[in-house]
Amino acid sequence: MQHLDIILAMNHISKSFPGVKALDDVSFHVRRGTVHALMGENGAGKSTLMKCLFGIYSLDAGEILFDGKPVHFHNPKDALNAGISMIHQELQPIPYRSISENLWVGRYPSKKILGLFSIVDHKLMRTKSLELLKKVHLKVNPNTALKELSVSQIQSIEIAKAISYESKVIIMDEPTSSLTLQEVEQLFEIINNLRNLGVSIIYISHKMEEILRISDEVTIMRDGKYIGTWQSKELTMDKIIKNMVGRELTNLYPPKTNVPGDVSLQVKDFTSTNHRSFRNVSFDVRKGEILGIGGLVGAQRTELVEGIFGLRAVEKGEISLHGRKLNIKSPRDAIAKGIALVTEDRRGNGIFGVLSVRDNVAVASLSDFVDYHFKLNNRKLNKLAEDNIKKLRIKTPNTKTRISSLSGGNQQKVIISRWLAVEPDVFILDEPTRGIDVGAKYEIYSIMIDLAKQGKTIIMISSEMPELLGVSDRIMVMCEGRLSGILDKEEANQEKIMELATKYM
Amino acid sequence: MNKVLNLFKKSDIKTTLIDNAMYVILLTILVVVSILRPVFLSPNNLTNIMMNASIRIIIALGVSGALITRGTDLSAGRIVGVGAVIGGTLLQRPDYAAKFFPELGDMPVVGILLLALTVTALLGLINGLVISFLHVPPFIATLGMQSIVYGLSLIYTKSQPIGGLKTDYTYLASGRIGPVPILIIIALVMMAIMWFLLNQTKFGKYIYAIGGNEAAAEVAGVNVVWTKIRVYVLAGLFYGLAGFLLAAKSGGATANYGIGYELEAIAACTIGGVSTAGGVGTVQGIVSGVLIFEMLKTSLQFLGVTPDLQYVAIGTVIVMAVAIDIRKYLTKK
Repeated sequence: MQHLDIILAMNHISKSFPGVKALDDVSFHVRRGTVHALMGENGAGKSTLMKCLFGIYSLDAGEILFDGKPVHFHNPKDALNAGISMIHQELQPIPYRSISENLWVGRYPSKKILGLFSIVDHKLMRTKSLELLKKVHLKVNPNTALKELSVSQIQSIEIAKAISYESKVIIMDEPTSSLTLQEVEQLFEIINNLRNLGVSIIYISHKMEEILRISDEVTIMRDGKYIGTWQSKELTMDKIIKNMVGRELTNLYPPKTNVPGDVSLQVKDFTSTNHRSFRNVSFDVRKGEILGIGGLVGAQRTELVEGIFGLRAVEKGEISLHGRKLNIKSPRDAIAKGIALVTEDRRGNGIFGVLSVRDNVAVASLSDFVDYHFKLNNRKLNKLAEDNIKKLRIKTPNTKTRISSLSGGNQQKVIISRWLAVEPDVFILDEPTRGIDVGAKYEIYSIMIDLAKQGKTIIMISSEMPELLGVSDRIMVMCEGRLSGILDKEEANQEKIMELATKYM
Repeated sequence: MNKVLNLFKKSDIKTTLIDNAMYVILLTILVVVSILRPVFLSPNNLTNIMMNASIRIIIALGVSGALITRGTDLSAGRIVGVGAVIGGTLLQRPDYAAKFFPELGDMPVVGILLLALTVTALLGLINGLVISFLHVPPFIATLGMQSIVYGLSLIYTKSQPIGGLKTDYTYLASGRIGPVPILIIIALVMMAIMWFLLNQTKFGKYIYAIGGNEAAAEVAGVNVVWTKIRVYVLAGLFYGLAGFLLAAKSGGATANYGIGYELEAIAACTIGGVSTAGGVGTVQGIVSGVLIFEMLKTSLQFLGVTPDLQYVAIGTVIVMAVAIDIRKYLTKK
């Protein structure tokens, strides 16, 4: 009976922004002591709904009931005090301060000295911190600075913080996006413990396998509308996708129409100056081929491709393209030699958030648009942006729109346009579909296959096995900085990849 | 018709006011002072303000490149001083009694201008090299340069004031082409040059790119090191010109010329919408920032505010102006 008890009810919520109806009569009910997954493509309205809950946005219509009583939070702090906390996708700790201080910031345990001055009670803070850390299975000294911890440990700290507020509802936004498989298991254990204690978890994620495993109920949204709530037991991946995109996606991957040709890029004995990073990596990639690179977090795949691209120092090793040895010291050299890299961290070193879509597209190829040696041809630059918007079906009001206002998938397409404009021979894409919705993923795969068909060489790092298997011609697997094996498409399967990914552990 | 009515809806008026806060402030200052002191609007006074603003605009344009790339330049004012003392010491009247270099003949104005620009560009180059290659944060690198340059100027001038500048030099500041003072024309030309560089060249796009996201600029193949060096060299050139004109305008120079101008220039840029977070800023904004600043200073004088109190008022306005302006970037609920 307890499981039928609704802790959080959001009823008939509507919210409009100029020109967009972001939420249209959405209802969302979370039961006590359950894990409730909230799903939908990017732009479906999940984060808007959460922002309404936390009072970051005001409601146009609707009501929120928490523990049976109507509530109206003015800011996240209000919600936190009432018992609703959120673990953000991008964690925002105070890196140079200790775990204790991060846990208790804003409400430090205090004591009085001389019966007059209130000072921080460090001893009590330490004791309370240790208790909390035990609850999330963390064995670390509470005086450790946050910057010393891994992403998963910091996440556990955030969860500990939520527990300390006696939260009845904890919202987790893409909590596993940067965790290793083992860390995911630990997180699920913590989630199960919380559920048994009667805490409700709102679990926002794109990862369907996880959701089917961990959640009790699933609510799906699409285009700002409530589509439905199901028991997880009665759902399948196909059914989720169908409801999320509103159509049957018969194929998650486009047909592979590219045909690999001669060897184009050769990497020999590539070794980082950092001894814990990649070493002695040798491989070839062909024209018209898509080489997938698989491996667990920490396998040094990103470091390897950034080394090839000239972003990281290399101790030894050779790269040749079409039989000619390349000397690459910087991204500029790499671009000049015909290599492009779509980086993993889109916000960190991909987009220029304050700049327009046009400038984001053009930045790497400006030299091709110069008249009289120095003046840029703005007409041609506009055309470049417009052509790419059309070709890659980028959804943007116009070329002058700031890129930061586009969805993740559209931002990624802008970055791909940027590199298309450079006309490279080798296209390296590092986790190209991370945080992107199903529809946009398909389009990005199509672009990759199309490029391969034109004879380009494609390298794709991916942590998603189905994606590796669905798009690659061959899959190269790394483990702990070393190349552990290369599998042909025909022989590759999840078990073999996993075996190679853990070969040197 | 509805559209016109909408314009007058309360919330729209508020949004429009906030979005154009800078121009509203500029206009308000103008209206209030003109009503209280009609003399303020006399052609003479307005020309005077514009001439004062001209030199400040050139300095602000110079510092803006550094600001847009998320840097700063605290040495701006002292490098202005260098431009001034080079012009002052080398372009005195041949018959002037207290000549700084008694043996020096009659030097050509353009030649000395080029010399001053070379020296100040070199100082900018050093700033750029220290920031790019030694990775010293711009705040510290240029703070050091500020002190070094001031010391060198004092040594060079033997801490003496320079006077007796020759007339074809001072003509740069006093002369007019038709009704328009040469000084204002020079400022307009510099505005045009900076606008062109920022909007029509690779260099300008790279400045915005570096300010927007330096790591992404590196990945996109932007030569970040070289671009930053060029930003500081360009800044040096602008300061040198400003200093050279400043000496011409006041008919003399000391090593103390330009002290504090960097802070006014940075404040003016910020008032004009150059984001301290980088990647944002326009020539139009910078110029209106400087004009607001100069209008305010002159207005306060006209209203009879004591110089001491003027400092308080100016500081308040800088903070208030930016506080209002920043509202248009804050997320609107």
